[in-house]
Amino acid sequence: MIGQLDLSTLQHIWWIITSLVGSLFLFLTFVQGGQTLLLTLAKGDDEKSLVVNSLGTKWEITFTTLVLFGGALFAAFPKFYATSFGGAYWVWMLILFTFIIQAVSYEFRKKPNNFLGTTVYDVFLFINGSVGILLIGTAIGTFFTGSAFVLNEFNQVTWQTPLRGLEAAFNFFNLSMGLFFVFLARTLGAMYFVNNIDHDRLTEKSRRSAWVNFLVSLPFLLYVLISLLVMKGFAINPETGEVFMQKGKYLMNLFGCPVTLILLLIGLILVIYGVAVTYVQRKDHGIWFSGVGTVFTGLAIFFLAAFNNTPFYPSTADLQSSLSIANASSSHYTLTAMTYIALAIPFVLGYIVYVWKLMNIKKLSLADVTSDDKAY
Amino acid sequence: MIEHVDLSQVNWARAQFALTAMYHWIFVPLTLGLSVLLAFFHSIYVKTGNEEWKRLTKFWMTLFAINFAIGIATGIILEFQFGTNWSNYSWMVGDIFGAPLAAEGIFAFFLEATFFAVMFFGWNRVSKGFHLFSTWMVAIGSNLSALWILVANGWMQYPIGMQFNPDSARFEMQNFWEILFSPVAISKFTHATSSSFQMASLFVVGISSWYLLKGRHQLMAKRSIVVASVLGILASGYVAFTGDEAAYSVANKQPMKLAAMEGLYDGEKGASIAAMGIVNNAKEPGDKQDAFLFDVKIPGLLSLLANREFGSFVPGINDLVFGNKEQGIVGADERIAKGKMAIEHLTVYKEAQKHGYAVQAEQALNEFNKYKDDIGYGYLNKPADIVPPVATTFYAFHIMVILGTIFPLVFLLFLIFIKKGTLHSHRWLLNLGLACLPLGYIATEAGWVVAEVGRQPWAIQGLLPVSVANTNLTTGTVQTSFFMFFALFTVLLIAEIKIMLTQIKNGPEEN
Repeated sequence: MIGQLDLSTLQHIWWIITSLVGSLFLFLTFVQGGQTLLLTLAKGDDEKSLVVNSLGTKWEITFTTLVLFGGALFAAFPKFYATSFGGAYWVWMLILFTFIIQAVSYEFRKKPNNFLGTTVYDVFLFINGSVGILLIGTAIGTFFTGSAFVLNEFNQVTWQTPLRGLEAAFNFFNLSMGLFFVFLARTLGAMYFVNNIDHDRLTEKSRRSAWVNFLVSLPFLLYVLISLLVMKGFAINPETGEVFMQKGKYLMNLFGCPVTLILLLIGLILVIYGVAVTYVQRKDHGIWFSGVGTVFTGLAIFFLAAFNNTPFYPSTADLQSSLSIANASSSHYTLTAMTYIALAIPFVLGYIVYVWKLMNIKKLSLADVTSDDKAY
Repeated sequence: MIEHVDLSQVNWARAQFALTAMYHWIFVPLTLGLSVLLAFFHSIYVKTGNEEWKRLTKFWMTLFAINFAIGIATGIILEFQFGTNWSNYSWMVGDIFGAPLAAEGIFAFFLEATFFAVMFFGWNRVSKGFHLFSTWMVAIGSNLSALWILVANGWMQYPIGMQFNPDSARFEMQNFWEILFSPVAISKFTHATSSSFQMASLFVVGISSWYLLKGRHQLMAKRSIVVASVLGILASGYVAFTGDEAAYSVANKQPMKLAAMEGLYDGEKGASIAAMGIVNNAKEPGDKQDAFLFDVKIPGLLSLLANREFGSFVPGINDLVFGNKEQGIVGADERIAKGKMAIEHLTVYKEAQKHGYAVQAEQALNEFNKYKDDIGYGYLNKPADIVPPVATTFYAFHIMVILGTIFPLVFLLFLIFIKKGTLHSHRWLLNLGLACLPLGYIATEAGWVVAEVGRQPWAIQGLLPVSVANTNLTTGTVQTSFFMFFALFTVLLIAEIKIMLTQIKNGPEEN
């Protein structure tokens, strides 16, 4: 059946798969959010140790999801991969840096003779959770605000600003998107602690933290949403393939593609509901509502940027260089082969969920951490 | 297509790739091999229920985790570096190259990431059986990830299963299975994994020898040595076999690399292998100087290695650069001329397409198709550009082979004396075992130097030289990121070594 799909269908399927991986990553940034809480929320060695060990069994999943997000973009939309990574050079380099320093920090922070000292590794974790997520958010913001690049007839990219991608962080819309993701991640992180850690004082603080961080994220979310509704957007003329600016483009996308609208509404409601469950009702499973809500919201953002004749990586320097799922994708053959490979994804999700449940069946207590000689 | 190639920029980008890849490869072979050894250790524990084996497993697991963390840290940059520093490459072959990377993520990385947490933290949380299963999954996951990335690398050395699409100006996949089961990919995968098993075995034997020299943890050390030496000997057999396969495929698919590996300038029948030698650095293709200042040769062996036939002809650097009519080898000058024709006709074709001149476009396309196989050569300037750095390739190859020959003997000696029960009295052997630890790292890094330096100037053999594969960046930008990585990775490496040494010094009971 997969063999019979036409190119456009495959391009849509692969945008959906890539968006799903990206949205799952957004949910899994509860790890990064949790890392930023390490310095502000957790007091004393016990609480710090609980926080780190609670995140310690999950950070690799988040990391791997980011790697797969990159791999899926490379395989399915190589022109985007080449243009964005080669073009917006510094923003990606800095994002990578924050993940490099994250990867060693869990394992190294408490080990004797670790050269830099525990505090430095904890700061590494904070930088990953704050700067890393902020920059990823601003990079996603450029899906709507565009970047200054030109592609030549051989599709080689020339970036038009010396900052090479970092300029995205000086745009208020992108910045708001980034800050929204940072505070959403902190909200999710706090809810994860409520769900996973058995420690009354820390749980109480986490509930309040989830609430406060969610409130802080709201203005940024509102700014992003309102901007999306009123801003000029990038549009593709379906007849000629020409890219042009259109007023209210993203508002039109919401109504032109009702799935996006529904995902956005349900997603946001679930996020809010999860926070309410955690803070108002004092329940422990709020993370799951907000987590699913985050995935839905993420999907809506990615769909909004790419479906309904919209270039998902628009160029402000040369509109016609803009990338869409139609012109940036791999060939029909490759997308078909990859779709067969993607059939394994539900299986992968299955064993991740199974192992997750198995490992989190009992909340993490201080006794667990002190008795485990492998604890971070 | 590229008017101004900034060679220093390309070279800095290459240096950055070499730096990050070589740092990454410090940690990868140990992950690949030690994960398998852990699976053995853990299996023995579950089978015997002996707490000593559990202690032993946990000790090596601690070292594994330290190594694994920095392996991940240095690995993420490699995936994204294709985009950041080699964006033209990413576009031109992303249709083929991206798929194995995505498959690696889906099939392998999640196995590693998910089950690593269970392996490491599962001692009191999951059942014994599921815990052991998880340890095996980490071993399988790591080695599967090696499969996919080596398929990708194998394709760069021997590009098959694809075609150039003149409309999109890129290479597009035609046959996934041909790429996955390419003989080069298979020999790369088997050689890289088996040599990693060998290296990890040396790691375990080396550290265990140190304990025996110090008279500490003797039982654990001896048990570790037995398991590691058995795996080491088996792996060494595979290393030799797959190494021979790899050389055979290099001879067929990348004859220039083979010539550089052996410093062979003038091809000959019954070509001899250089057992060792000192390369004459002043030697240029086509001149009359000797290739070596000093060398020891074994007659006929290179022909056997390259073609499985003693008297067969092995082409040298000069044959490939200047051509050899007698052997039917086309010289690089001719291929460069053809390549330039291909580029010219492609430009005409694209121009005609843009203006809608159908007849002209078809003509240009027909002409292009005549020359397209040599399109990569069109970007080179002179025939000698196809010669990789001979001395580096030669030395790296010989260091790898010599060390690879010594290692199985060391494993064998350890097994013999442990069977006799006299290992502790042979301090020279324990010292040798300890010395082999760094040598294992050198051998495995040297292997990658042969593979990657030996295929210069190509990013993709015969199709895309590195000078066209890069991103349009300034030299300063790439230099800056180079030094950032250099500083960061060096700091992390120092931290890793300090932590690792402290853990080893403390030994199992203090962990």
